[in-house]
Amino acid sequence: MSDKNNNLMLDIKNLTIYFEMDEGIVHAVEGLNLKLGRGESLGFVGETGAGKTTTALGIMRLIPEPHGVIKSGEIIFNGEDLLKKSNSEMRKIRGEKIAMIFQDPMTSLNPVMTVDKQIAEMISLHKNVSKSEALKLAGDMLELVGIRRERMHDYPHQFSGGMKQRVVIAIALACDPELLIADEPTTALDVTIQAQVLELMKELKQKFSASMILITHDLGIVADICDKVAIMYAGRVVEYADKISLYSNPLHPYTKGLFKSVPEIDNDVDELPVIPGLMPDPMNLPSGCAFHPRCNTVCEDCKKFKPEMQELEPGHFVACPVVAEVLKKEKN
Amino acid sequence: MFKYILRRIFFLIPVLLGVAFCVFTLLYITPGDPARMVLGDLATDEAIKEFRDREGLNDPFLIQFWNYISKAVFKGDIGRSYSTKRPVMTEIMTAFPYTLKLSAFAMIIAIIIGIPCGIISAIKQYSWFDTFTMIFAMIGLSMPVFWLGLLLILLFAVNLRWLPSSGFSTFKAMILPSVALAAQSVSMVTRMTRSSMLEVIRADYIRTARAKGQKESIVIGVHALRNALIPVVTLCGLQFGQLLSGAILTESIFAVPGVGRLMVNAIMSRDYPMVQGGVLFIAITFSVVNLLVDLLYAYIDPRIKADLK
Repeated sequence: MSDKNNNLMLDIKNLTIYFEMDEGIVHAVEGLNLKLGRGESLGFVGETGAGKTTTALGIMRLIPEPHGVIKSGEIIFNGEDLLKKSNSEMRKIRGEKIAMIFQDPMTSLNPVMTVDKQIAEMISLHKNVSKSEALKLAGDMLELVGIRRERMHDYPHQFSGGMKQRVVIAIALACDPELLIADEPTTALDVTIQAQVLELMKELKQKFSASMILITHDLGIVADICDKVAIMYAGRVVEYADKISLYSNPLHPYTKGLFKSVPEIDNDVDELPVIPGLMPDPMNLPSGCAFHPRCNTVCEDCKKFKPEMQELEPGHFVACPVVAEVLKKEKN
Repeated sequence: MFKYILRRIFFLIPVLLGVAFCVFTLLYITPGDPARMVLGDLATDEAIKEFRDREGLNDPFLIQFWNYISKAVFKGDIGRSYSTKRPVMTEIMTAFPYTLKLSAFAMIIAIIIGIPCGIISAIKQYSWFDTFTMIFAMIGLSMPVFWLGLLLILLFAVNLRWLPSSGFSTFKAMILPSVALAAQSVSMVTRMTRSSMLEVIRADYIRTARAKGQKESIVIGVHALRNALIPVVTLCGLQFGQLLSGAILTESIFAVPGVGRLMVNAIMSRDYPMVQGGVLFIAITFSVVNLLVDLLYAYIDPRIKADLK
């Protein structure tokens, strides 16, 4: 990956996050590299337990203590390493520069606080406005996400799931963040509401011209919203490319497997092809490439060496030496 | 809300009838003749017969019960004490302020020690502070109040001579009984605050508050605490009700002239009207405190308020 891109907003280098439990060390994120340009939106795809949420919480420096530890790496945001920031500096960044939308709207809002106050809290923290102004702005935000102003004094339990997620989005966008991290924002919602919330996010992303990291395991959502895609497996990014080249030409064996397992509406199949095996236990990752036990193109070296990311096509990075080899032969 | 309160007060009626019936039955089948106890061993049979007739003790059980209830309901008269000859109501009302003061002090101690200790224990889980607090809470819970009371008297009144061992007239004299009575409540409030806080600080909305860039002190002190206090308030209410009615041992040990001691003396001397009145009074206090707690609960938790409307 080259550094020529001076429009770079976020550059994560070699990030490693462990959870040190009594039973052993959970390797949640292992030497992860990721880049995000200004105004871009990145789809962050992987199975449950691949370390997507942990990476996002790592960027926010909100890894749950005392077990979670950021072991090494750098998170360069606007040219500064977030991991070197003090807690109070970090508090200024959270919410104002980087905001997060959480997975489960049912539990993400404080049940004993009216929603306008929860939005206004964000505004008062980062903007120099009076309390009443903050509440007024909170009402504006609610209207922006499609909730009537009259309902601003209601409590979270008086809203439906989709509306709660709208409130969560309103909180995240209240201070016009440069980077928005959405952690499976629609997983807890039913399908019609999912579509509404996604439409809203697409619209607002354009309006606020924020960069976005969208964590999901739904390749369809990524195709709909994102410019770039990173595929994550067992704590590492295995493939990173812009949406079109990744969808038209997936290279990593894991990505290929993922695409094969997506059902197609026109094809009538009894059983979907699946990737054999299960996600490895993050306490006990396989040696070498973590995917090798499930890979159909595995070679001896895969079991010994951790694969590095290589730029196989312009802007298309893959962490698989076998695929690199094949492509090289094809070119020659 | 008003409707809810009325309904709750209405539900008090069957509860109190039930309590009255139970106490009446218990006293009826308890051995020992109140006439004998009141008049003394030297009283003549005539005097005893005359006393039993006058107090209606020879009537059948249900008639006695009916007489008692109808008098209480229609005339507000719950009888006169056999031993002091004063109305039971007056006796209770003279004693109640002492019990109320004692319980209130104990409750205040429980809250101002228990809640902060519980919070710190939860935030610093498994620290030495947490460990010590939990050990003390365990001791406080398992130490019977009569034993703790005696130990406190021995240390502070007999050996150190810092505090008086009995009486309840000065502030100094109130310290020992309040502490002895508070011990269990402090422990329970601490443990409840800790466990409730531990649950809440892992909640998603706490993460949301942190993700806003909020200060840790406000995340804990406002977002977490308000939610964690919901079960603690219930516990405090139940505890306060129990303290009001259950200060019997403490009042006896420290010679506090409260309702508890009044009851013990009444039971000793087979003072039936006094015992009945006392128990009814305690039942009412307990129910009223519970009603207040439920209303407070609705105030803290908006989800409950919605149900009360």
